[in-house]
Amino acid sequence: MSAVKELLLENKQSGRGTLVGYFPAGYPTVEASVEALVAMAENGCDLLEIGVPYSDPVMDGVVIQEATLMALENGFKLKDLFEIIRGVRERVETPLLVMSYFNPILRYGVDEFAKDLKNSGAQGIITPDLIPDEASLWLDASEKYDLDRVFLVAPSSSDSRIVSTSDASRGFVYSVSTMGITGERAKLDELARSVVSRVKSLGTEPTCVGVGISTAQQVREVNSYADGAIVGTAFVKAYAAGGQEALIAKTQELASGLG
Amino acid sequence: MNPKLSETVGPYFGEFGGRFVPEPLIAALDELDATYLAAKADPAFRAELDELNKSYVGRPSIITEAKKFAAEFGDLRVFLKREDLNHTGSHKINNVMGQALLAKRMGKKRIIAETGAGQHGVASATAAAYFGLECVVYMGEVDTQRQALNVARMKLLGAEVVAVTTGSRTLKDAINEALRDWVANVDTTHYLLGTVAGPHPFPTMVRDFHSVIGNESRAQMLELTGRLPDVVAACVGGGSNAIGIFHAFLDDPEVALWGFEAAGDGIDTPMHAATLSMGVPGVLHGARSYMLQDEDGQTMESHSISAGLDYPGVGPEHSWLKDLGRAKYHGITDSQAMAAMRLLSTTEGIIPAIETAHALAGVEHLANVLPAGSHVLINLSGRGDKDMETAGRYFGLLS
Repeated sequence: MSAVKELLLENKQSGRGTLVGYFPAGYPTVEASVEALVAMAENGCDLLEIGVPYSDPVMDGVVIQEATLMALENGFKLKDLFEIIRGVRERVETPLLVMSYFNPILRYGVDEFAKDLKNSGAQGIITPDLIPDEASLWLDASEKYDLDRVFLVAPSSSDSRIVSTSDASRGFVYSVSTMGITGERAKLDELARSVVSRVKSLGTEPTCVGVGISTAQQVREVNSYADGAIVGTAFVKAYAAGGQEALIAKTQELASGLG
Repeated sequence: MNPKLSETVGPYFGEFGGRFVPEPLIAALDELDATYLAAKADPAFRAELDELNKSYVGRPSIITEAKKFAAEFGDLRVFLKREDLNHTGSHKINNVMGQALLAKRMGKKRIIAETGAGQHGVASATAAAYFGLECVVYMGEVDTQRQALNVARMKLLGAEVVAVTTGSRTLKDAINEALRDWVANVDTTHYLLGTVAGPHPFPTMVRDFHSVIGNESRAQMLELTGRLPDVVAACVGGGSNAIGIFHAFLDDPEVALWGFEAAGDGIDTPMHAATLSMGVPGVLHGARSYMLQDEDGQTMESHSISAGLDYPGVGPEHSWLKDLGRAKYHGITDSQAMAAMRLLSTTEGIIPAIETAHALAGVEHLANVLPAGSHVLINLSGRGDKDMETAGRYFGLLS
């Protein structure tokens, strides 16, 4: 079984729940992003999501856009991603997924990317702009290298798309909480509960909720009905304002929402 | 037997096209696809669009033979399909009226659009005013400056214009911002995409709405000259006016199809937007197609004096036609385009848009490869009024 899925099921059963922490690779520099990810793992994130900076991030709000743009301006190259994964892997055992728009993977070579990801110690990829219908290259490569495939479902997804997306996913299904891009929301949509309940009743994979989660209360609430809460913008915003120290404080604060 | 090229519909054109978008948008694309297919099969929809084209857009557009212009290049005949005479001044209105009717059918009260030169934004704002829809136009901040007159036009028509300050602040980033808006407001909003790029069904649907250009031209040329033209040419940014005029000729192998891209400072410099000549296949804005990208798959910034061609991607059907060898694509530099703009103005009394001037500049290239007496049909996709500030500065005409 996928190590990520195993972790999610264990944490659910123990009543802890799961906090998934996103941070961009190469932000603000390659070295600093390794430190940031390690600190997130050491201070309460159960699962790490490393974002690949991309020139056209259509699912991201302005906080993550600005951070990933800075990473690119500071010279981030795709080959650095694997060094970052190795750097984190040497220091913590926390499972690790990469979040990447599809074109950088396609340009690198889907098989080659999967191979290098496996060799560097990551568990799989979250693909925000790749639906299973278009993913045949990635389905093949992820099977070949035994990697997790996290596809998105949304409140607008039909039941039949939820079934096919869940079937194609491995590790978990990423439930988009609301119709919108990444960023903080004061209120999490009722839509989140509804999409999670459809994923649970229609599919077999666990599901974590992302987009809009920024408080310990929201982490607790989401874990009461889903298998994990994914947080990105709140971490990046904390880091942008107060560096490593603020990131650690934010991680501890959000992890306090776990059981 | 091979199916006709002109009967090809998305999602795929060979290995190009598809729907590389976040899942939250898939339901809206499915709804649009279903609505479009139903409308296409509905004679009432066709009749309504035909009537709008006739009584509002001003179709059919005429063909003008550019004799003095052609004489500059030797023994050629050049014919201009006058899309510049459409309401709002360019071909863009063809697609906009079609999609606005679809928005109405879907019960959507708000439309959003991206724009580069501002022509699609103006056309969208016009349709929104006509149909009583709310309209928000995303435009790169750089483009709001170089096309300030079109910004004023859109505002006068009642649209909100949002200057996009992310990335390269041009058309590419305006599309990103429109996609972000659409993800958040998809229940109430139709994204009125302005070119033959983007996820399925946009490339097919937008092509179909513009195919009126080629259909009219084909009949008009037969009537005027008794035969089909030897070459059909157009400028290519995203590729909508080019596909619109090419489409009726795809299955006439004796008609050569030429697309002229923006070569900016030159294709041997980094400052160009010659996607088909210099790009490699990749995924941008929802479709697999040729695009300008670096070795890491990051989209490269394009450059062109023409805001409407300043885009690092291109519609997937063009990528397919290029790989098939059915259409040829060639780069035209800023200075070649500006010279052609001036030449058409002084020889024919027609001031073309700078985008369109790229196709006109292509005549010089064609003159070198065509036999004497050849007939060249050019899509005169837009008029140059919007470009007077750029042209005035370029030619030193402003006091």
